[in-house]
Amino acid sequence: MSLAAEAPPQQGEPQDGPRSSLATVWRDFAASGVALGSLAVFLLLAGAALLAPWIAPQNPFDLTQLDLLDGRLAPGSRSGAGGIYWLGTDDQGRDMLSAILHGLRLSLLVGIGSALVAGSAGTLVGLAAARAGGRADSALMRLADLQLAFPSILIALMVIAFLGRGIGNVLLALILVEWAYYARAARSAALVELKSEYVEAARCLVLPETRILLRHVLPNCLPSLVVIATTQVARAIALEATLSFLGLGVSVTEPSLGLLIANGRNYVLSGETWISLYPGVALLAVMAAINLAGDHLRDSLNPRLER
Amino acid sequence: MLPWVLRRSFQAGLVVLAMTLLVFAGLHVAGNPVDILVPPDADAAERARIAAVFGLDRPLWRQYLLFLERAVQGDLGRSFIHNRPALSLVFERLPATLELSVLALLLAAGFGISLGLFAGLRPQTLPSRLIMAGSVVGLSLPTFWVGLMLVVAFSVRLGWLPSSGRGDTQAVLGVEWSFLTLDGLRHLALPAANLALFKVALILRLTRAGVREVVHLDYVRFARARGLAPSRVVGVHILRAIMIPIVTVIGLEFCSTIAFSMVTESIFAWPGMGRLMIESIQVLDRPVIVAYLVAVVLLFVAVNLLADLLYRLLDPRVGPADAPANATAGGAR
Repeated sequence: MSLAAEAPPQQGEPQDGPRSSLATVWRDFAASGVALGSLAVFLLLAGAALLAPWIAPQNPFDLTQLDLLDGRLAPGSRSGAGGIYWLGTDDQGRDMLSAILHGLRLSLLVGIGSALVAGSAGTLVGLAAARAGGRADSALMRLADLQLAFPSILIALMVIAFLGRGIGNVLLALILVEWAYYARAARSAALVELKSEYVEAARCLVLPETRILLRHVLPNCLPSLVVIATTQVARAIALEATLSFLGLGVSVTEPSLGLLIANGRNYVLSGETWISLYPGVALLAVMAAINLAGDHLRDSLNPRLER
Repeated sequence: MLPWVLRRSFQAGLVVLAMTLLVFAGLHVAGNPVDILVPPDADAAERARIAAVFGLDRPLWRQYLLFLERAVQGDLGRSFIHNRPALSLVFERLPATLELSVLALLLAAGFGISLGLFAGLRPQTLPSRLIMAGSVVGLSLPTFWVGLMLVVAFSVRLGWLPSSGRGDTQAVLGVEWSFLTLDGLRHLALPAANLALFKVALILRLTRAGVREVVHLDYVRFARARGLAPSRVVGVHILRAIMIPIVTVIGLEFCSTIAFSMVTESIFAWPGMGRLMIESIQVLDRPVIVAYLVAVVLLFVAVNLLADLLYRLLDPRVGPADAPANATAGGAR
């Protein structure tokens, strides 16, 4: 499933330990222009989002900086104060470019934050299940399977319906949705690793089991987990935006791309499309960059895929 | 086979039971129902009286059993907003959601399989690369935003298709369907396309991967060497080999299509049960929320059971010994 099937074959084998294998992965990844391009786009967007409070033309949530007279100006319009609204303004005279930068910040925070928490929790569950085996293992995996059988948006909506909206509950919903993917992947990778000789060797040294799991098995499971994390970050960003768009995500005082798009929806029918258009383009750009980079990362990490 | 069916049905029943427990527990986390039922100025005695009337003073497990007993009789309470039985409200909206989801899935299967076949058979050509790049965009497009942009393009700018509602419907056996009238189909077009987009990308990638795997196998080469027409090699030899995972995934995606139709229905004002759910969450109409969840869980469990069964019937290699709950997602066991 790769766009980089034409990537040149590896020259020579890596000579020393894990360092060179990382270098191999990077070389393979960097051989594809699409992969490098998407990584660059992601870094650019993430950097702009991170620096939003300093580089955005205005603070979109400081009402004293908004001018109602500048409401719903088309992209490229001049503001009353003399600046240019490159992406237009919304109904409250908010600069869309600034709002989008702040929205991206929240998207990335939610996406990466939920991936970190769900990734750690899910990985621990998966490792524990693989190590324990037997009933505990099958019970945990049944739970994960059960959850994966239900669409993510349904689980998220249940959380929101019962606990109410707000960024904390959205994060909780995303973590609940995501953990099962990591648990499943960690378990199946760990099952393979636990049978290998280095684990046997570590056991012969009477190392504590937790140490074997975390220091020996876990690092070898990381590649597949990292690949899953990239797709999960993109999915989390989409789900947060969807929930916020439906009015069931973060509260209206938070800068969410979904809320911006929902806000612009009222003006779509009158032809003022930029309020909804550009936040969506930003969302698409960040998700496509993550998905493409993740795609190539998976191929680079798994040379067996190459045909 | 029969013991397996019985065991899977029993498991499915347990899943439904577990989900009702979860929904019930969720309701109690969400707040005390008495607060909704009594006027804000009621005193403690009045609150206790109301609680007793609705059985809310009993221990939680008794309340849960009562909830189950009523649920089995099809009584999930009355909507606070519409003042009608919640379950019948949900069922009234079910046909609209069903026809939208089924049409979207058919579109997705048609486009996904044919584009995937093309991209898999001629992987190095420009159209194939465009298809694959497009599929990444398709997987990355936020559905709700695409819906809005479809409205902008086809309803506002071009004025070709209507942007909301079901249009004319035709009644069959007392149920109104939009897909039986021309006007209804025109109303269906945009929401169905919107809902299908993500699934097209998914199915086409799956098809392409399958084709790439079998196209180099000996039996396909042999079929070609025998001089069979390319259409026959593709249509019979290749397609049959890759059909099982695709059919399974389409079956499983049915549930997610129904769930995600909430988003599409909200954008296109499609009067399905997903839109009802969103509106109910916004106004905290709890009986309807519960009714939707119970109905959807029942539907999903039934579909999963059916997909499992079909999978075993289609693929003789799946022996009776192991019972994968989710055949495509099953890891090492």
